[in-house]
Amino acid sequence: MAEPARKAEELTGSLNGVAVVPHLTGALYVPEFSALLVADLHLEKGSAYAASGQLLPPYDTRKTIGRLAEAIAHFLPETVIALGDSFHDLGADNRIHDADADRLAALVRSVSEWVWIEGNHDPQPPARFGGITRPDMTLGGLVLRHEPVPGAAPGEVCGHLHPAAKVVGRSRRLRCFATDGARMILPAFGAYAGGLSVRDEAIKSVFGRCPDAWVIGRDAIYPVPAKRLVG
Amino acid sequence: MSAPILPDRFSQWFASRGWQARPHQLDMIGAAGAGEDALLIAPTGGGKTLGGFLPSLIDLADVAAEGPKRPYRLHTLYISPLKALSVDVARNLMIPVEEIGLDLRIETRTGDTPVSKRQRQRDKPPDILLTTPEQLALFCASPNARAFFADLKRIIVDEIHALAPQKRGDLLSLGMATLAQWAPEARRAGLSATVSDEGGLARWLTPQGDAPRFARIVRGMEGPKPQINILSSRERIPWSGHSGRHAMGEVYEAIRQARLSLIFVNTRSQAEHTFQELWRLNDDGLAIALHHGSLAVEQRRKVEAAMAAGKLKAVVCTSTLDLGIDWGDVDLVIQMGAPKGSARLIQRLGRSNHRLDEPSRALLAPANRFEHLECEAARAAVAEGVLDGEPLRAGALDVLAQHMTGRACGEPVKADDLFAEVTAAAPYAALTRAEFDNLMQFCSNGGYALDSYERFRRLICDREGFWKARNARVAQRHRMNVGTIIEAEMLPVRLKGRGGRGGRSLGEVEEWFIEQLAPGDTFVFAGEILEFQGIAENAALVTRSADPEPKVPAYQGGKFPLSTYLAKRVREIAHDPAQWHVLPDQVQDWLRLQKEKSRLPQPDDLLVETFPKHGKFYLVCYPFEGRLAHQSLGMLLTRRLERLRLRPTGFVANEYALAVWGLRNMADADMDALFSEDMLGDDLDAWLAESPLMKRTFKQCAIISGLIERRLPGHEKTSRQVTFSADLIYDVLREHDPDHILLQAAWRDAATGLLDIRRLGEALKRVKGHIHSIDLERVSPLAVPVMLEIGREAVYGEAQESILADAAEDLVSEMMGDG
Repeated sequence: MAEPARKAEELTGSLNGVAVVPHLTGALYVPEFSALLVADLHLEKGSAYAASGQLLPPYDTRKTIGRLAEAIAHFLPETVIALGDSFHDLGADNRIHDADADRLAALVRSVSEWVWIEGNHDPQPPARFGGITRPDMTLGGLVLRHEPVPGAAPGEVCGHLHPAAKVVGRSRRLRCFATDGARMILPAFGAYAGGLSVRDEAIKSVFGRCPDAWVIGRDAIYPVPAKRLVG
Repeated sequence: MSAPILPDRFSQWFASRGWQARPHQLDMIGAAGAGEDALLIAPTGGGKTLGGFLPSLIDLADVAAEGPKRPYRLHTLYISPLKALSVDVARNLMIPVEEIGLDLRIETRTGDTPVSKRQRQRDKPPDILLTTPEQLALFCASPNARAFFADLKRIIVDEIHALAPQKRGDLLSLGMATLAQWAPEARRAGLSATVSDEGGLARWLTPQGDAPRFARIVRGMEGPKPQINILSSRERIPWSGHSGRHAMGEVYEAIRQARLSLIFVNTRSQAEHTFQELWRLNDDGLAIALHHGSLAVEQRRKVEAAMAAGKLKAVVCTSTLDLGIDWGDVDLVIQMGAPKGSARLIQRLGRSNHRLDEPSRALLAPANRFEHLECEAARAAVAEGVLDGEPLRAGALDVLAQHMTGRACGEPVKADDLFAEVTAAAPYAALTRAEFDNLMQFCSNGGYALDSYERFRRLICDREGFWKARNARVAQRHRMNVGTIIEAEMLPVRLKGRGGRGGRSLGEVEEWFIEQLAPGDTFVFAGEILEFQGIAENAALVTRSADPEPKVPAYQGGKFPLSTYLAKRVREIAHDPAQWHVLPDQVQDWLRLQKEKSRLPQPDDLLVETFPKHGKFYLVCYPFEGRLAHQSLGMLLTRRLERLRLRPTGFVANEYALAVWGLRNMADADMDALFSEDMLGDDLDAWLAESPLMKRTFKQCAIISGLIERRLPGHEKTSRQVTFSADLIYDVLREHDPDHILLQAAWRDAATGLLDIRRLGEALKRVKGHIHSIDLERVSPLAVPVMLEIGREAVYGEAQESILADAAEDLVSEMMGDG
């Protein structure tokens, strides 16, 4: 049995010819543009459930912002781009705890540029935290948007589908970056965001096949070919 | 106290049948007359059910005389663990009721009872209502239940030994505590054939006060000792495995000679396998059927009806047929594989020969060499009448949270009153007020340290101090989620019909099992070999396969751990050659060889062997404490070995042994330190926190306590979504609110449940200072079975990360062009 020797080793991948670095938090760093990409933060998902009667622990926003701070501290990007569904619903802005709101605003201020891409959960991200809002954008050979578009050209990077993968022989499904080398779906970044198997039709249809998965383990990210994935 | 008198019409009825009332039946009438709760322990076939009901029937004989226009008042509530048992008992009860000429209203109420009938029952309660613990919990959470139970006189709990040690038992005990408020006159009777902890159950049954209180214990006469034979196969007895294939010819012969056999197995996969194998041999075309919990309900009902009609020769079944339902005239019980506990064996034996004057007959068919020892131990225990059963434990906090929410949903209730009520239930007698208050907060607003959900409270407290549901929707949703049975996530299995859509349903299978299949894989289910085609519309689609050997090993059902008591007896047999004569030669040779090459485990020590094999170093120990406890031990040992830089890489456990392997020789490790009890401290905490078992336990607590709702009005959450979010909630809660009451609840559950920490702790204490290690040149005979499990078992914990690295290597080699 192999030792878990890849600790702290950083994986660098290539996406439509652009070098990218996936991070344990679920963020993707693009060194060429000093840009950090995150998808599906789903801030205030816990309180959305609480409002509808299920009193889930109220710490998800805190945890998600903490993760975000960790990724930013690691890469020190000039630009942070949130690929939509950053806020779980339109009421999130009202429910967010003051301390969490302050922390988020401070994070936004800490980088030169912050872009909120519009998502289906948050067509109009709240303005009070700063940053600019856009429907989509390009980054060299990459096109960033929330939902994958059928028949999109190579280079598309999006979120929305929350990919997760289960490796043969392992009992649990883990968050992952789904990719075929030409396009990518980022894992959901939010602490309460669920996962959808990369073998699900919704994800397969984006790639025309089951994609490979850069699986987020405890200590490292493991690129796993489609044929080793189950579930 | 004067002798209880059986009313004339009752003695006449006994006489008309050529019987007379048994002493224990009269004692039950006596206990009722004295206003006492009573625990009746009597063997199957000893008139136990009638003993439970006689006091009610005598009372009701006067009521019935008032005629059909008498008011509708519930007199007796009967609760059993199985819907089917309630139906069966209702049917059997009708015989004396009709023959004595009592005009009684006897009805059942289960999850299957239509809404219209439920409503009618609420408006016009029957004299006797037969139901389940979940239905009682539902009453507790409904408005006006107090009035429904106002006239209740008796509560009868059947198969009490099966309910009490479980979360369902906690729920029932809380429900009865509520009934004690609503109907203070109601007395309780508990019925069982196999009670190991009589004092514990007698306490469980009766309301508690400042000092422990106990129900009166009434004992029935014992029947003749059962005849138990152990199949000593002429074939080669396997080292490991649970298939019992080698003995199947002899089992078939036994079936052929019996009138009707019940063939008990321990897991559903064994049931499937045994059924297949028997049909392979079935040249006589004997009517052999299959019965287990995953089969479609209609299919099970068909088998039950055929049994009752005497149309079957044998039924292969799991514990679904353990409890007291009698479908036919069974004259032989065959246990495939070891029975795991003497109480379980006696329970299963009770399914044959329901006549007190004839002994029941059983044939035990051990599946491997070790199981021969287990079967011998079980036979001796039954001969001596020693029972082992599940131990009672403190009530679970998640169940209490559910009950507390339910009470507030039913009617406004004051915290002080509710605290007094729940602590009268024996499992919660030691609950502190602080824990209770903590749970009340949890039920109301989640009980989080970050106090942010005040506006989303589910329960509110009014000015007079009454707790109630915030609105009708909260109460309705609570009632939809009542109960403590968390089914494994199941997918229906359907034959692929025309146009690729799902056709006939074959039953349900665990979702995780389906998830590991690729289209084209074959597996055994519902007595057939099936080919997996894919998942569509949330069902697994399959076709029938001609493949003679299924590719994927059958899925596991529940595995019972070897009982502590039987484990002790096994150790005693194993160490003492004078006791081996009862074992087959092959098993004796195996033990003799172990004595020669290594050492026999002694009753109170722990044998540890170390040896090299194929460039790896192995450590095998023999605690005999069951698979669950061994897995926990394996987890903790590998952490320690890791710290000692002995580089462990994996482990595997079976019922009596644990094997750990690694890259360095472990022979020189300080074994006393390695197996020291203190591993249950920090190591355990650190491991548990990350353990998938802990997450699974937490998920159950989250569902039972109502934090996560399974069913919402209008739509059901798919179980997959629940799984994922429960893990996320666990991680977040552990990081930000580590003292939260639900984490405490989960930790307590894990320690007694999936991880069997309690048992491991007792074992480590027992062997302290008695660890006997021996360094060998090669694998010992006793180690062979557990070594054979390597590769067959899933790996755990740390090794999972290695699997990822391993899988990643594949991509590398593919990239290099050699994949």
